[in-house]
Amino acid sequence: MSEILVLVDHADGRVRKTTTELLTLARRLGEPSAVHIGAGADEALETLTSYGAEKVYVLDSPDLDAYLVVPKVEALTQLMQSATPAAVLIPSTPEGKEIAGRLAIRTGSGLITDAVDVRPGDQGPETTQSVFAGSYTVDARVTTGTPIVTVKPNAVTPEQAPGAGTVERVDVAVSEAARAAQVTDRQPRTRSGRPELTEASIVVSGGRGTGGDFAAVEAFADSLGAAVGASRAAVDSGWYPHAFQVGQTGKTVSPQLYVAVGISGAIQHRAGMQTSKMIVAINKDEESPIFDLADFGVVGDLHKILPQATEEVTRRKG
Amino acid sequence: MNIVVCVKHVPDATADRRFDPADSTVDRAGVDGLLSELDEYAVEEALKLTDDGEGEVTALTVGPERAGDAVRKALQMGAHKGVHVVDDGIHGSDSVATSLVLAAALEKLEFDLVLCGMASTDGVMGVVPAMLAERLGVPQVTYAAQLSVEANQVTVRRDSDTAAETVVASTPAVVSVTDQINEPRYPSFKGIMAAKKKPFDAWSLSDLGVDPSQVGLNASWTAVISYDARPPRSAGTVVVDAGDGGLKLAEFLATQKFV
Repeated sequence: MSEILVLVDHADGRVRKTTTELLTLARRLGEPSAVHIGAGADEALETLTSYGAEKVYVLDSPDLDAYLVVPKVEALTQLMQSATPAAVLIPSTPEGKEIAGRLAIRTGSGLITDAVDVRPGDQGPETTQSVFAGSYTVDARVTTGTPIVTVKPNAVTPEQAPGAGTVERVDVAVSEAARAAQVTDRQPRTRSGRPELTEASIVVSGGRGTGGDFAAVEAFADSLGAAVGASRAAVDSGWYPHAFQVGQTGKTVSPQLYVAVGISGAIQHRAGMQTSKMIVAINKDEESPIFDLADFGVVGDLHKILPQATEEVTRRKG
Repeated sequence: MNIVVCVKHVPDATADRRFDPADSTVDRAGVDGLLSELDEYAVEEALKLTDDGEGEVTALTVGPERAGDAVRKALQMGAHKGVHVVDDGIHGSDSVATSLVLAAALEKLEFDLVLCGMASTDGVMGVVPAMLAERLGVPQVTYAAQLSVEANQVTVRRDSDTAAETVVASTPAVVSVTDQINEPRYPSFKGIMAAKKKPFDAWSLSDLGVDPSQVGLNASWTAVISYDARPPRSAGTVVVDAGDGGLKLAEFLATQKFV
């Protein structure tokens, strides 16, 4: 069987859940080979192996962190030439998509981004994408070169299936061209302790209706073990950081449960959450378009409803 | 400083966006279109960088006849000249082919800085800026939330999920900007009138020396197998809070096994 390269997404020594999802998908297509670029491969090995990595390519160099995507593109290009994989799966993060874009040009390979499913087909892997704010699904395939597919979080439930996990260290040299854009300063974000927004199985988002006070939204999210998101109106008002914006100009989420609090549900917001499995809305205006999508809605004052719901959820969880 | 802003004409997200059943491409003729909102930030940033009178801003687009409206909007905002690469052979191009045409136009234009929006609002791939940098062999700095340009060097602040980074690169460079970088201006009446007199060139593939067999639907490296309209979500139960709205919400979540 052919190798399927999976680019490992990791931060702070932790393999992100999207990587285990990609490995699960890769097993449908061939033999998964994890590509771990940067520090932390030793810690990652157990997870990568338990989700089916037959090989783990390890590329590390102290230089890597100082540059943007190009060194990773160079490393993957080299691996695509030596391993001749049947497909390359990359997480659909902003960085992942940029790596994929450059890799496609460099290797003469077709690129599909933001897949929500990947499966074997008669003429190579077939993908499903959700487009136009979730109003259409598109099945597509790559016709030229080695299929490069970026896959969105929550595309599949990760399943363990131990692989051989044979480590192959690969020399990495950062070329002059890759040094053209240099990171001169990096301030890590303070962590909220909540799940990652795009990976979370439950997301609670606040909008204009919060009036700027996210305490009730955060408390309710915490009672459910959820991530916190925000509408563009809330972010533009300076109430919540942009990294948490859900919508066309922010993150796209597809959790099991999405709770929209004080959010009217304009198309720009729907584009970021419409494919959620279940949607719950709280809004004081019963005419809000968000109620057209909601499986369950409560019309009323969120500042009264949320604390009561938080208390009841906490009580039921005992 | 010569700045080229790549702009895209996209179907209006508030309209009924759809595909053309004839060839499964995005219907760009039957749906109202406009300048992709995320590109307005790139136009604004280019104008801010040249507001002191130094330098020239060119708005560049690739697309069918109507796509020229995206350039016109940029000219109305204040861009100095426009270029529209329009050729029937381009129809159906994917991101790889589109970046080939854009890169050829950029090479003909000459630039110190290429500015792009972070993604288009129709395809939302967000890969074209990286592809342009790859093709042009210049540095790429994407997702700029702040940008300054001094003496052949760009400095960018970008906010990723894990860190706030400062990135420097030498010009010429490709920079994409987020919607956090500025507040795009509206065209003034004066700007709208002035735009009509600004240079606006139409280029074909042959003007750029691009081989037509390298672009268009048949040259794309990806193919749509099928597409389907997703059934619209149906509204569920909506209750009006009568003092027990929070309890009812918790009850619903419990029946759905979220609690």
